[in-house]
Amino acid sequence: MEYLGYRGLVAERLSRLGVGVGDRLRIIRDGRVFEGVLMPREALYGDKPYIVIKLDNGYNIGVRYTGREEIVVVGRRGEKRVKPPEIAQNPKLPHVTLLSTGGTIVSKIDYETGAVKPALSVPELIEWIPEIADIVYLDAREIISVFSEDITPKHWELISREIYREMKNGVNGVVVAHGTDMMAYSAAAIAFAIRNKPVPIVFVGSQRSSDRPSTDSAFNLKAALLTAAQAPFAESVIVMHGETGDTYALAHRGVKARKMHTSRRDAFQSINDKPLAIIYPDRREINVINKIIEHRSKDKEPILENRFDDRVAIVKAYPGFQPEIIDLLVDKGFHGIVLEGSGLGHVTNRAIDSIKRAVEEGVPVVMTSQCLFGRTDLYVYSTGRRLLAAGVIPGSDMLPETAYVKLSWILGSKTRDLREVAKLMTTNIVGEINPRITVSLYPRWPL
Amino acid sequence: MKLDYEELGLKVGLEIHVQLDTRHKLFCNCPTTLVKEDEEDVFIRELRPARSELGEVDPAAILEWRKRKKYEYYAPRSASCLVEADEEPPHELNREALTIALAIAKALNMDIVEEIHVMRKIVIDGSNTTGFQRTAIIALNGYLTVGGKRIGIQTLCLEEDAARKLGEDRDKIKYRLDRLGIPLVEIATAPDIHTPEEAGKVAFRIGQLVRLTGRAKRGLGTIRQDLNVSIRGGAKTEIKGVQHLYLIPLVVEYEVMRQKKLLEIRDELLRRGLKPEDVSGEIYDVSEVFKGTKSKIIRRALSRRDHGVYAIVLKGFKGILGVEVQPGRRFGSELADYARVWGGVGGLFHTDELPGYGISGEEVGKLYEYLGADPGRDAIVLVADHRDKAYEALKAVIGRVREAFKGVPEETRASQIDGTTRYMRPRPGSARMYPETDIPPVEVTGELLREAEKYVPEPPDVLMNRFIEEYGLSRSLAEAVLNDIRVDLFERLVETYRGRVQPSIIASTITNTLKMIRGEGAPIENIRDEHIEETIKLLAEGLIAKEAIPEILKYLAENPDSGAREAAEKLGLTTISLEELDRIIEEVIRENMDAIKRKPNKAFKIVMGRVMGKVRGRIDGRTVAERVKDKINNLLKT
Ligand SMILES: [Zn+2]
Repeated sequence: MEYLGYRGLVAERLSRLGVGVGDRLRIIRDGRVFEGVLMPREALYGDKPYIVIKLDNGYNIGVRYTGREEIVVVGRRGEKRVKPPEIAQNPKLPHVTLLSTGGTIVSKIDYETGAVKPALSVPELIEWIPEIADIVYLDAREIISVFSEDITPKHWELISREIYREMKNGVNGVVVAHGTDMMAYSAAAIAFAIRNKPVPIVFVGSQRSSDRPSTDSAFNLKAALLTAAQAPFAESVIVMHGETGDTYALAHRGVKARKMHTSRRDAFQSINDKPLAIIYPDRREINVINKIIEHRSKDKEPILENRFDDRVAIVKAYPGFQPEIIDLLVDKGFHGIVLEGSGLGHVTNRAIDSIKRAVEEGVPVVMTSQCLFGRTDLYVYSTGRRLLAAGVIPGSDMLPETAYVKLSWILGSKTRDLREVAKLMTTNIVGEINPRITVSLYPRWPL
Repeated sequence: MKLDYEELGLKVGLEIHVQLDTRHKLFCNCPTTLVKEDEEDVFIRELRPARSELGEVDPAAILEWRKRKKYEYYAPRSASCLVEADEEPPHELNREALTIALAIAKALNMDIVEEIHVMRKIVIDGSNTTGFQRTAIIALNGYLTVGGKRIGIQTLCLEEDAARKLGEDRDKIKYRLDRLGIPLVEIATAPDIHTPEEAGKVAFRIGQLVRLTGRAKRGLGTIRQDLNVSIRGGAKTEIKGVQHLYLIPLVVEYEVMRQKKLLEIRDELLRRGLKPEDVSGEIYDVSEVFKGTKSKIIRRALSRRDHGVYAIVLKGFKGILGVEVQPGRRFGSELADYARVWGGVGGLFHTDELPGYGISGEEVGKLYEYLGADPGRDAIVLVADHRDKAYEALKAVIGRVREAFKGVPEETRASQIDGTTRYMRPRPGSARMYPETDIPPVEVTGELLREAEKYVPEPPDVLMNRFIEEYGLSRSLAEAVLNDIRVDLFERLVETYRGRVQPSIIASTITNTLKMIRGEGAPIENIRDEHIEETIKLLAEGLIAKEAIPEILKYLAENPDSGAREAAEKLGLTTISLEELDRIIEEVIRENMDAIKRKPNKAFKIVMGRVMGKVRGRIDGRTVAERVKDKINNLLKT
């Protein structure tokens, strides 16, 4: 059984006592006395026989449970009434809607139990970041609650529908709070799913959770709301820290953005393209530094084409690659494959027959490069030429992730006709292909 | 002022922080060394207090946040990584540090926690990039015997040290990240200490005990002491950052004095029939009064936009602000601290110190008149600064004045070098700890406890025995070493130079020699353990004579950046060969031949004195005497 995260004998004993988190316990063994408030147990450690209590000095300790302990409940947790903060908003400011997909933009800590709870009401947001009330007139709601890594193409359909609704309602911008792991995929997906956008769609997240004073959440959120309210472009972008410090944020075009670091605040980078804008939230300044593809305009009617095919896979090339992986996908009825090839866009010659078969069976195969930086070119080497002959669609400088999203969208919303798919995949629709990669678009070490 | 501490009900608790000398930091693989110069990355951050579920925020945290300061971090590449920069989650708890902490817990007779949980303690003055300090309780409920009395040890925590503050300007505070993450043990005593001297003794004992693990860091800033002081009717005051052991008794004494004075002020206010609600919250703009003022501070303030002179009237408070609460600090200074901390202003003026500071008696008169206050009864407080800052400052002053009716407010105060303290911030509330979920809890296994065994320091009586029996120290010298913070250094040096330097020489260098040169005015607080170690090494290698030790240490006290070898060379104290000694003796004899011939029976004394003048500290005196005797005997024979 499991009880408050505890398992086994500890769980049994605690449940028999009927104690809850926050109740005060006295644990006595061999004359040693431990007194404190019962804490929940993190499930990962639930099998270990310890009872976690918070001492009066605020520290938690784990007291070993041997079965010999006398446990006395000396007090029950009192009811706490939480009064929601009252905040006035200025309706003359740009109206922005914040859609949350899960995760915690704002957290409240329960110091008694250590629990961190999300808080998403507008008053709570403004109470925590009062500056917001000077930038926008905010509306906020949670549309789904999933971990970033659990996002599926089905969620993109829902997210795009909600954004579309907000656009039709005439908001000045939409901010989507999203976990950072899969954020770039979602931002790319929305770029395709809603076109002729009247206002920006800004994805925002945090790399340091909002329960810590050093969270990047507040800074990112300020920058994202500012972008949604004022940016001259109407594209699907990611707004996150531009460097490790809290100085500026960058707006990356969703289709060109990639999470390039596991933990840094400035994890997102634009690949093969410049960021769209630099944002200084404190100065309320947005400097556009790249060509805008879609401009903000209230007059535009958004177009929603939001079906995504969830039978698409990414396959990475590596030494010893087994061609039967491709066969398997075809046999299992997958609708499209994105290859993450080596170098200019290669996989082993041994796989060419399998690829040929896939194409023959109507499964488009798109070639991208695991180099990430640079463009595929299948004419330079003979392997590339043989891949082209087998029917591979070159992915140009698209990121493998973007190519995956785009293929899923084409198959779901546009066509499954191979020639049409190839034509759309090689056409630049929302900035996913950069026809001119300049020398500057590559990170270098400072000398 | 002689104080009767028993009658005053003095209670002191100590929190002693000692840095541990581990191979790497508590939560990452960076070394635990401070850097002088290095390539650094610089970045700016802000901190924002997290809300508690009940909407409460820690008062200390709110204070920091209201200052709206930014923090500029200098990240030296050799001593900090992404973890210190708060750009990578912490690694697991450093096992080496944990083992040392467990050893100390054993030596302090403590109950060791069975499963250790790392917590986050909110600290948002920027000294931690995360906005919290990671800390874990390792053991509880121990004791230490000092002077035959049992002093309770409440907790032993293992925690990360904070970043080093480099400086501060108008809108940002600068920190270097090399110190951030160095393991610290924090040992908190029960409030069982009842006199200032006892506080000093207990602090010394704890510091020594930690050093005896052989794994404490040495040198300035590696031990820091916080004090909790209260007297009956007063309040628990937390005094942060007492840097020197010798200051502890003085800091306690001054704090007792302050609390006693504040209680006297309270009684005086009640005697005058005043009540907190009589303290008006009204703030007045009195810039007009100072139009033609000679006061530079006020003139400068008046010349700037949105600046002015602002005042509050404290009815019936005349004379109170001038009461001295600590040497050189008046009640007005206490108010000025609040104005500085909460309003960010430079300070304040009050009528108990006016006329003065360029403010004339006439202006003071006009001021009373302008505010309709009674010069014979009332006090006025002035702040000349930006309007908003002045308001914040004066609001804080009003709040503090109202507290005066209760006596002693609960405060966190900062220790100053002269033993006095100044207000730093309100005492943090209890709502400031929550679990560090990035770090798994640690089970204290039998294996861990066995590992800890090797660091457990020996009790003093065992040490005493060894010093006498094994090292051949006299009882008094052994006692002196045992009562010295450097007892661990002594042991280490004896171990290292066994057979080459007598333990008694090492012992008296650490104790008597340092005391002696301090008597001669040398600033011995500059002497680091490395200085002593290098000097003993020179002796062991025969490069100096033991007589040279005081001169070398004196030089090092004055020039702490140089090494012992350099000092010996600069002072000409490196040993000389026997040939050279002979040459010097012969030269001295030649020069003094007349005198020797006149008084042959004084010959030895004459020559010896002059030779020693030339070679003192460079060769053993006994050798010199032998050679001089030989030469003179030869001479007199011929
Ligand atoms: Zn590090």
